[in-house]
Amino acid sequence: MTRPMTPPATRRNRLVAAALCFAALAAVAVVSIATAAGQGREASRAGERGAVSLAPGPRIVARSTARETKNHLIAVSADDPRGRKSMAPLTCARLYASGGTGLCLRLDGDLTTYQLVVLGADLRPRRDIPLVGVPNRARVSPSGRMVTWTVFVTGDSYNGGRFSTRVGMLDTVTQQLVPTLEDWSVTVGGKPYKAADLNFWGVTFTADDRRFYATMSTAGHRYLVEGDIASRSVRTLRENVECPSLSPDGRRLAFKSAVDGDPGHGWRLSVLDLATLRETGLAEHRSVDDQAAWIDSGTVAYGIRRGHGNADVWRVPADGSGHPRVLIPDAESPAALG
Amino acid sequence: MSTIGLQRGGTAGKGRRRGIAAVGTNVLALGAVSLVTDISSEMVTAVLPLYFVLTLQMSPAVYGVVDGLYTGATALLRLVGGYVADRARRRKAVAGIGYGVSAAAKLGLLAAGGSVPAIGAVIVADRAGKGLRTAPRDALITLSAPDAGLGRAFGLHRAMDSVGAFAGPLVALGVLALVGAQSPGAFDAVFVTSFCVAAAAVVILVLFVRDRREARPPAHCVSPAAAFALLRDARVRALLAAACLLGLATIGDGFVYLLLMRREEFGTGWFPLLAVGANLSYLLLAAPFGTLADRFGRLPVVLGGYGGLLAVYLLLFCPLSGAAITILTLALYGGFYAATDGVLMALAAPVLPKALRTTGIALIQTGQALAYFASSVGFGLAWHSWGPAAATRMAAGAVLLAVALTAVLLVRPTASGEGARA
Repeated sequence: MTRPMTPPATRRNRLVAAALCFAALAAVAVVSIATAAGQGREASRAGERGAVSLAPGPRIVARSTARETKNHLIAVSADDPRGRKSMAPLTCARLYASGGTGLCLRLDGDLTTYQLVVLGADLRPRRDIPLVGVPNRARVSPSGRMVTWTVFVTGDSYNGGRFSTRVGMLDTVTQQLVPTLEDWSVTVGGKPYKAADLNFWGVTFTADDRRFYATMSTAGHRYLVEGDIASRSVRTLRENVECPSLSPDGRRLAFKSAVDGDPGHGWRLSVLDLATLRETGLAEHRSVDDQAAWIDSGTVAYGIRRGHGNADVWRVPADGSGHPRVLIPDAESPAALG
Repeated sequence: MSTIGLQRGGTAGKGRRRGIAAVGTNVLALGAVSLVTDISSEMVTAVLPLYFVLTLQMSPAVYGVVDGLYTGATALLRLVGGYVADRARRRKAVAGIGYGVSAAAKLGLLAAGGSVPAIGAVIVADRAGKGLRTAPRDALITLSAPDAGLGRAFGLHRAMDSVGAFAGPLVALGVLALVGAQSPGAFDAVFVTSFCVAAAAVVILVLFVRDRREARPPAHCVSPAAAFALLRDARVRALLAAACLLGLATIGDGFVYLLLMRREEFGTGWFPLLAVGANLSYLLLAAPFGTLADRFGRLPVVLGGYGGLLAVYLLLFCPLSGAAITILTLALYGGFYAATDGVLMALAAPVLPKALRTTGIALIQTGQALAYFASSVGFGLAWHSWGPAAATRMAAGAVLLAVALTAVLLVRPTASGEGARA
């Protein structure tokens, strides 16, 4: 166990070697941070042009994933979506807009937390609410009155990075906030149900602002649920329906259906007819992990990820026919202002 | 590193000496490596969920699949790594490969881009690196400190380790704040910085940690047969059984924090702070508990730690509530880790022959990890079937049983000579 004392010369050599290595590594880190900071400044400069309004009209808004305009809200004409884009200074991680109300989920200054910002048609913030967790879905009711969001609530390395999801809602008229659905009364298959592991995500509102559809998971099952806001209750309708999105006529739900019932196999974009409960797989055969948005009564739009942090908005007919086409290149989080 | 200057403090036969010199500079150097490595890995852990979900738009289900990949794979690798380290008598080299693989994985995250299989592979590589390095590192600690001072050595090492875990998220935040949230390269900057920090740890390991290459043992001492023969030693079997029992009594931090949060009904924003609180307690208590273990016996300290865990489970469903109870629960939970994690290794080391020490440590750690994995799955099922209150009481019962059996298992063999009292 005993060893000879280190000769001073070797000791000095080691210290010099360590100092050189540390200096080189520090230089690499500094360069990477400075480069990224430079890209950040470019991105925010790029945002200072063009006016975007969320007022109803034949336009589609989305979040840009293009390098120079990353995260900025962009708007395109519904008739010529691949044409000229206008861009707002506003940046969001996820956004949606309808009925003259916008909802932007974005990083809150210090980068560990998020905030959701309710926007007026002029993009001015009307209310902001701090969020706990990573925002994932955002929706606004057709009238613009109700807004909802889903966040992933994660512990940390201690719980193996497992996620749970949580849904919040805000009535922009009464300013009443629903922080979670987990304490609502739940009915599964017609029977009252209580469980600790309830997770909700992907809400879509009905046109009357009273009800909504969403996904609820418990005990390994993922259900489509219908919720009633006044009575604070949800009931299950069907299994393996995730991230529903109600059509403008209120009769159909676009949703993602886990292939073979296993989310590990990816999702097939599908449409459920609420009257006949018939499911139609759409012509998009790639896995779609998004809450689709209806851009008209016969077409849904959704984001498909491409490479490192980029995505395109695609469109596909809602009746299972046709082929998917790019709607807006280099963007995601589409919302038709109608 | 200034630790070199302390080199003249010999380590053998001076276990009673107080202070850093008594622990040995090699342990300090290993502690520094762990500290810096943990800064690097916790930097990434802190931002990875954000990265997956925001930048890559990955859903929790896919993340779960990625996350589930490694548990079993790394257990086997840990055993193989332990055996190779013993066989070649190159514990530092094997640990170094582990640290190096994890460092390279940080760059791998950049290279993987948005590909889910590539990211899965990178994460498996990262965990494999961790699995590979833990046992040789702990074996080096046991070989670098006198047997009488092992508790203190592990205590100091684990305290330094958790300082790194504590600082990592803060460093990540600092980098993100410098870069700006809106920069498209924000995550890349965090990954590159994390790589540089991890590489610095490898530099410290290479330059300042000394391998302990005791005289070459006769070849038959380190062979697969000899490794299996470890299990024929009643004391090793007793230790392995105790490690498994204690692993079975642990339900998982996620559940503990979740139960605390539900009981106190505070906002989810506090959730990460629960881990910080428990970690702080761990950090502060690891070294003192290690010293206590050397002075008053390691087994009592380990059993006392599990007593703390029992108190945690009971507190989770006691009628009292409030901030004081939450803080007490977290302090006890951190104390449980401080009294068991390193001390168990200190307890095991003297029983394991030096030539096979890495293999033995890997065996015990793997047993404990697999038992812990089984118990957290079991607890989840129990929670689901009988509700959290009943499940937690069952867990408390399991701890009581585990503590009693551990006491019986470990007191008996140590009475015949080895002496838990150092």
